[in-house]
Amino acid sequence: MPLPVTIERSERIRHPLREEGPGGGGPIIASVDIFLQQLINGLTLGSIYALVALGYTMVYGILGLINFAHGEVVMIGALTALAVAKMLAAAGLPAPLVLLLALAAAALVCMALGATIERVAYRPLRNAPRLAPLITAIGVSIVLQQVAMLVWGRNYHSVPQLLPAGSHEILGAQITEVQLIIMATAALTMLGLMQLVNRTKLGRAMRATAESPAIAALMGVDANRIIMLTFVIGSALGALAGVMVSANYGIAHYHMGFLLGLKAFTAAVLGGIGNLGGAMVGGLLLGVIEALGAGYIGDLTGGVLGSNYQDVFAFFVLIVVLIFRPSGLMGEKVAERA
Amino acid sequence: MSVLLEARNIGKSFGGVQALKDVSLAIAAGEIYGLIGPNGAGKTTFFNVLTGLYPKDGGEVIFNGAPLPLGSPHEVTRAGIARTFQNIRLFANMTALENVMVGRHARTKVGVGGAVLRFSRAREEEAAIRRRAGELLYYVGIADHARKLARNLPYGDQRRLEIARALATEPKLLALDEPAAGMNATETAELKTLIEGIRADGVTVLLIEHDVKLVMGLCDRVAVLDYGEKIAEDVADVVKRDPKVIEAYLGA
Repeated sequence: MPLPVTIERSERIRHPLREEGPGGGGPIIASVDIFLQQLINGLTLGSIYALVALGYTMVYGILGLINFAHGEVVMIGALTALAVAKMLAAAGLPAPLVLLLALAAAALVCMALGATIERVAYRPLRNAPRLAPLITAIGVSIVLQQVAMLVWGRNYHSVPQLLPAGSHEILGAQITEVQLIIMATAALTMLGLMQLVNRTKLGRAMRATAESPAIAALMGVDANRIIMLTFVIGSALGALAGVMVSANYGIAHYHMGFLLGLKAFTAAVLGGIGNLGGAMVGGLLLGVIEALGAGYIGDLTGGVLGSNYQDVFAFFVLIVVLIFRPSGLMGEKVAERA
Repeated sequence: MSVLLEARNIGKSFGGVQALKDVSLAIAAGEIYGLIGPNGAGKTTFFNVLTGLYPKDGGEVIFNGAPLPLGSPHEVTRAGIARTFQNIRLFANMTALENVMVGRHARTKVGVGGAVLRFSRAREEEAAIRRRAGELLYYVGIADHARKLARNLPYGDQRRLEIARALATEPKLLALDEPAAGMNATETAELKTLIEGIRADGVTVLLIEHDVKLVMGLCDRVAVLDYGEKIAEDVADVVKRDPKVIEAYLGA
């Protein structure tokens, strides 16, 4: 069984070391294993945030547009992968093959979806005031959510176990195979993306278009094509993230993209929106902040607030960043644009 | 002497302001052609129309024997016109080498899709792009700066980089918009040598410049714009003595 994070967390709260200690409102003694456990959970979650945040930040970097429908693309990816996986698993294919095919199907669907959204919803508004595409983005987001609800229903779908279920112990903390695979895949994907952006013709064209569409066009870069490909790549990353999220939590539903999207957007802003490295750092950081926050909030508030307040941290971070460092940790590009 | 570019009755207005009035001129292949005039005379507007950045209101441009597709900057580049900007417009956050490599886009065939999949042809092309970009940096004299971000280059070298990027598109006509602006005497002299070298290598040059001394010393022929109209066009020495030109610069 994949480990739903909430269950795991309650296990940690019942950890023997802590229960033996003086209970209640005593000073917090950060025991290494709990800290490490939350760090592992946080990095897993953060890897996923980072992948989704990249989708936001790439589009922002090139168009100056917040694609609020991106969270929904992630959701469609998760549900598509789930549908395909169930079908193929019923046909008796081996689990790794099912997973790969489901992932490929999700990626293809999301890439097509991303390209369609760009073409239909954003390109006609390329030269409109910035508020217009923003509202369109929210509209697209609602439409996608409703369509997903019609197709997949309102229920939570449990995700079949396709990854190995084992776990390893390091320094008293548990790291599951699923977590390891998520982190490794995310790291490799991001490495690949950096290579693509920094070492290929396409990447160069993307960066040139992001800096100055008119001059890039003058150099023979087809801006429309580059912009569409940016959406396509971001959507593929989103599909992967969707599959990861449903594998990590063991569930998928039509509404899952909303909060995830907002958090990934927060991560992108935290890192400095428009900056690829920033999205990665911001994603990981946000995941860790959330996990540590959720792990310690009970102690910090004397039990008044529980780990279900986890979501508060992301938006607290967003507010703090917007007040004190609106250009984000690594976001000098935004400052230049403004 | 064959005509490379012929502009016929180019007109352009912004709101009520007529920025260009029926401007016609012809540039011969292999010459350095100067376009001068007081501030606001329409020089840069002419450049922007010529390179497809501004839509023209009237007239046409024949380039290399065919009408220039002014609707698309990209097509203009492909047809063989490259330009630099009065206010330098490099890709500031890319390296000098990458800036020039982007310039190769107009002349390379493997699509971006191929580049993603890294077919061997794409890889060969990438190597060729890199090599050519390196040569061009060397050609304009800033090979040492290849790996620096464009925005970190000294001002004069940014101008050179812009020229290298323009040359990367393999232009028949290189249009330079005030390349000597902000340069000291030494830098200007070096620039003059560079432009002469570019012409010697077979590229026709169209030069907008404020530095009259540079224009007169460099250009084979000069046209003078004033209030959007061409008031003179001839070899430099004649234009210099034209009373209309003297009046435009000094009088009224």
